[in-house]
Amino acid sequence: MAAVPAVPSIFSGSTEAIALVVLLTEFAMLRAHLSRSQVRLYAFQSLAVTALAVFVAATKHVDQLYVLAGFSFVLKVVVVPSVVSRLLRDARVDIASSHRFGVATMVLLAIALSVFGFFVVGSLPVHSKSLPAPALGLAAAVILVAFLLVTLRSDVVSQAVGFFALENGVSVASLVVAAGLPLIVEVAFLFDLLVAVVVFGLLMRIHHGRARTLSTEALDRLQG
Amino acid sequence: MGWDLIVILIVPFAVSVICWWVPTRIARALTLASGVLTFVLAVLLVPAKTTTALSGWLRVDALSVVFLVAVALVYGATAVFAIGYVHPAGDPGSAARYNRRFFAGLNLFAWAMAMAPVVNGLALLWVAIEVTTVVSALLVAIDDTDRATEAAWKYVLIASMGLGIGLLATIIMYYAGSTVFGNAYELFYPKVLSGAARFPPEVVRLSFVLAVLGFGTKMGLVPVHTWLPDAHSEAPTPISALLSGSLLAVSFYAILRFYQVTARAIGPAFPRGVLLAFGVASLALAALYLASQRDLKRLLAYSSVEHMGVLAIGMSFSAPIAIVGVLLHVLAHAAAKSSAFFGAGSITRKFGTKDMSRIRGGIGALPWSGPMLVLAVLGLSAMPPFGIFRSEFLIVSGGLQDPRDAVAAVLVVGVTLAMLGLSWFTSRTMLTPSVEDSSRGEPSAWIVASMVIGLAALAILGVHPPGQLSDLLTRAAGELGAQR
Repeated sequence: MAAVPAVPSIFSGSTEAIALVVLLTEFAMLRAHLSRSQVRLYAFQSLAVTALAVFVAATKHVDQLYVLAGFSFVLKVVVVPSVVSRLLRDARVDIASSHRFGVATMVLLAIALSVFGFFVVGSLPVHSKSLPAPALGLAAAVILVAFLLVTLRSDVVSQAVGFFALENGVSVASLVVAAGLPLIVEVAFLFDLLVAVVVFGLLMRIHHGRARTLSTEALDRLQG
Repeated sequence: MGWDLIVILIVPFAVSVICWWVPTRIARALTLASGVLTFVLAVLLVPAKTTTALSGWLRVDALSVVFLVAVALVYGATAVFAIGYVHPAGDPGSAARYNRRFFAGLNLFAWAMAMAPVVNGLALLWVAIEVTTVVSALLVAIDDTDRATEAAWKYVLIASMGLGIGLLATIIMYYAGSTVFGNAYELFYPKVLSGAARFPPEVVRLSFVLAVLGFGTKMGLVPVHTWLPDAHSEAPTPISALLSGSLLAVSFYAILRFYQVTARAIGPAFPRGVLLAFGVASLALAALYLASQRDLKRLLAYSSVEHMGVLAIGMSFSAPIAIVGVLLHVLAHAAAKSSAFFGAGSITRKFGTKDMSRIRGGIGALPWSGPMLVLAVLGLSAMPPFGIFRSEFLIVSGGLQDPRDAVAAVLVVGVTLAMLGLSWFTSRTMLTPSVEDSSRGEPSAWIVASMVIGLAALAILGVHPPGQLSDLLTRAAGELGAQR
């Protein structure tokens, strides 16, 4: 008789569920047809990450996480999505089906990468005080799928959103391994997001201004 | 003590802010003053043991000073070059706007790079490197051409993804430390190093691999180097010199900090193996790509990838002499590559193109910067008496003492192939006489002066490095665990 696996506690069950939602949102981003819906999905994913931070802060009594969650809500759920959607509105184009592969192929690739990330990183002997260890594997999967999002979709919006999704993956990972991060690392996080918004926004605008498109088709002059 | 660190923290930043408001003439003078001052302060730090300031948030040891000197040297030389650098477009209004952004950006970029070796701790180091990405990406795009925009987009996307991984590496290293120090501790180097021996080995391994992948993206290690040739070739020349001479070195510095902790925690064999794999890939691919370049600045960019490969391979050897060689190589590469980019800037101004098939008789058309560019390229190809000859000699002799001495053979073959690619370019563009009669003369005396600075430094490093500098390199190698 095999040993009966222990039933997960409510805490670990719910945190794992939220981490899974973060990953599944990214799958939805991968298959989203319009850039606009991709941006909305990103906002939703960020909301899930914020919820996770609040949940950990409340149950583990890490007060500074509330501050981080607050900033992360303002920046990732409100500012970044609104900046990008504004850009899309100004550009008056909506990019549809900029996939390099079919949706099925992309999702299969994403599943393969997620499984790889989940099991490789999940097998590490990480004993977290704040979150159950499988969440770290899920974070690794989020990060790997973000790379797919950047490489397989050929428009600058998807590429930028892919980068922001990678950030979300790193956020989840940091919640798992280091909920009581020193303040300086948290500052680094927020700083990273802030400048990313500025730089990505600026460059997208320049690119659109020059090429009249947000597709990366025009970005093929420099090779070799 | 430590006032010099505070001056380095304040002056280039302040100059950057001031440059936004003042006329171009004053911005040039201030940039020059700030570049020279930073270099002098960096050199003054060479004999000191360890200097700290701001209750430990700023701290330089021998390893930091090596990289600070490399950054400051290129900053100073670039400030000289920038006086002779003229905005490509014509009308005065847009030129003034361009110059304002250019000088503010140049100083801010140099400031962020100088901060990276000066700050104490992995998290602050990451922040400094992130600032360099942001500022330099905007500087790459500053020419506002289609090609520059494309290069800037690729750069910011790839480098940001890389630094995202670098942040993950930092956080995981923090976790490794929290198993020893508890949750609330700062990631200061002495503290992390003191407990490293008790860190959980698997976690440290993961952190190191992620750090090499993440910061290696900014350093230009193959296969995550793809932004590098684009950004180096499309950026304005002074920015290319800073990117190649200092920024790559600063990213290497970040990897070395992770190496230091990892070697202390799990022994040097694992980090050496990782660096060896990336180093061999970089050297081999760059040596092959060098032979097929048509664009002068892309050629120099691939030469940077080659030299970063040499650095990574050098770190994989166990002999202390190889590590001293690696650190000398950082300084020599900074001097040689910035001179070469300055020369390329002079050529581009003279011939109006970077396309090497359309450049002929460079040495005749440019009486000073032409021959000096040839010298810089010879320096990059590790010809004596230049600094890269000495550093690669040290690395190879270290490699021959290593149990894996076959790697030293790979290193020699790769460097030779790269030399062939570079000399092919030199003979075609510089030495082949021009069919058309082009005028003889230099675009700017300041460009010549900047090249003289770089080449003089390169020759000093090769012929006879000052005793205190050699002492510094030995101490820095010791900090990386060389004497054990």
